[in-house]
Amino acid sequence: MMHFLATYGTQLLSKTGQHLLISAAALGLGVIVAVPLGILLTRMKHGANLVMSLAGVLQTIPAMALLAMMIPIFGIGSTPAIVALFIYSLLPILRNTYLGMQGVSPTVRDAAKGMGMTWWQMMTRAEIPLAAPVIMSGIRLSATYVIAWATLASYIGAGGLGDFIFNGLNLYRSDLILGGSIPVILLALLVDYLLGKVERAVMPKPLR
Amino acid sequence: MLLSMEHLRKEYPNGKIAVDDFNLEVDRGEFIAFIGTSGSGKTTTMRMINRMLNQTSGTIKINGKDISKMDPVKLRRSIGYVIQNTGLMPHMTIQENIEMVPKLLGWSKEKREEQAHKMIALAQLPDEMLQRYPGELSGGQQQRIGVVRALAADQELILMDEPFGALDPITRESLQDLVKHLQKDLGKTFIFVTHDMDEALNLSTKVVIMSQGKQVQVDTPENILRHPANEFVTNLIGEERLIRAQPNILTVSQIMLKNPAAITPDKTLEDAIEQMHERRVDTLLVTDKTGVLQGFVDLDDINRIADAHTPVSRFTQDRVFYVKANALIGDTVDRILKKGVKNVPVVDEDKRLVGIVTRTALVDIVYDALHGAPDANEKPASPINADIHAAATREGGEMPQ
Repeated sequence: MMHFLATYGTQLLSKTGQHLLISAAALGLGVIVAVPLGILLTRMKHGANLVMSLAGVLQTIPAMALLAMMIPIFGIGSTPAIVALFIYSLLPILRNTYLGMQGVSPTVRDAAKGMGMTWWQMMTRAEIPLAAPVIMSGIRLSATYVIAWATLASYIGAGGLGDFIFNGLNLYRSDLILGGSIPVILLALLVDYLLGKVERAVMPKPLR
Repeated sequence: MLLSMEHLRKEYPNGKIAVDDFNLEVDRGEFIAFIGTSGSGKTTTMRMINRMLNQTSGTIKINGKDISKMDPVKLRRSIGYVIQNTGLMPHMTIQENIEMVPKLLGWSKEKREEQAHKMIALAQLPDEMLQRYPGELSGGQQQRIGVVRALAADQELILMDEPFGALDPITRESLQDLVKHLQKDLGKTFIFVTHDMDEALNLSTKVVIMSQGKQVQVDTPENILRHPANEFVTNLIGEERLIRAQPNILTVSQIMLKNPAAITPDKTLEDAIEQMHERRVDTLLVTDKTGVLQGFVDLDDINRIADAHTPVSRFTQDRVFYVKANALIGDTVDRILKKGVKNVPVVDEDKRLVGIVTRTALVDIVYDALHGAPDANEKPASPINADIHAAATREGGEMPQ
């Protein structure tokens, strides 16, 4: 253990950094796209199901295949990895945003509108605050997925902790496999914990 | 005129006509109840007033201004809105909820806070409650907040969509008292959608009865009870309620016997006895020449007097209990029954004798109110009671005191 850290310590840190960066970028993009899209879907009578099933289909593409498919478009490196992980992050966020917004009681919406809120005020002061915990739990779920799957990104040369694991597999070195896996697990747990805190923070006080 | 609605019509794309040729004028301080079966268009009509729905044709004017030319957001901020299940924002404190519209209108923080304290007092709830969340309050308390929230920005007109439908009867009653107080003492104007006839009749100054998008009857609660426009209205009100309402809408003049046995004070004892014999009664009411009630004479008193030429004025008892002809039965029945008298003279505004109410007629009314009598309102009261009256006065020596 000490020996492993002495040998690979700096590498481990930089790979963890890479891993985190790829995951964060993918998740960030996912949030930017899926949250507004999910809100928009609740405003449309049709199309919600179509978009949701499309996102569902994207989710079923095997991770390896999706990564491989990115290569002809984006080449190798972190860009194709981020795009692929972004696609994976969409569904949980999209679905939770949609459900969260749908879950806002029609009475509240009616009252908000009837008292003279504009569309934007209804969104920002009533609906989004009330849907926030559900949206946030979707983001949290996506974050864990993305961190786990970012391991595969090393396969298309994006780096990250996956490099340890793939090297370990090729060289039959279990210490390398574990040295990559354990940080991934810890990272996923840590991020999940932190986002759980955020989820609680955005939750309306009386519901905590 | 605060609000006027002319030839309002709402037709949905599928061809369903929700509201058809709706007309209504509402004065400041009125309490209008929209009542009808579900699908009668009452809620649709109400929601057109704050443009939650837009009419297909017709005009709505508030203070003479056509609301279709106003910004719907601004319009809604100027109209109070209360809905069933409160519509309070669960993630905001009571204070934030009350301050909502004032905040949208850009009031200063100090002014908003002051208003919140004023409003919670108006709702008759403790000031500390401002810091609580809606979920911590009972349903009745929440709806109290819902009601005062609709007034927080000094709205003149308040729309209420079945606001008390989900509350238990006792809580509902206390909420009804609250809104009645707001209407009467603060002069607020309410438009109120309900399916509870008692609520409509008790609270409103005007009831709008709707069926299939049309107004069936628009009138005061008293007039609706007195003259239901058609069978639909009768059914909606309910036979029971119509009978029960009788004491509250019938006036004394409607159940009194006209032409009571009366005599003037200048007549003699002989005349009095003769008249008693003729009318088969044992008491006579005494009126002066202009018909003003002076008192009564009783057969018992007459017996003690020997001289047949004694004038009536000598043995007139002037302590007489009477009721006004335009008084409501409901207000007088208790007083009459408590007095324990068999009959009571009825006088007009100038204290002129116009008739007499018998105890039996009152008993009939009380009985009907308790047990219901479907044919009670068809039966003309007088002829039957005339016999009873005669009989009662024959046997009884007791006279109004």
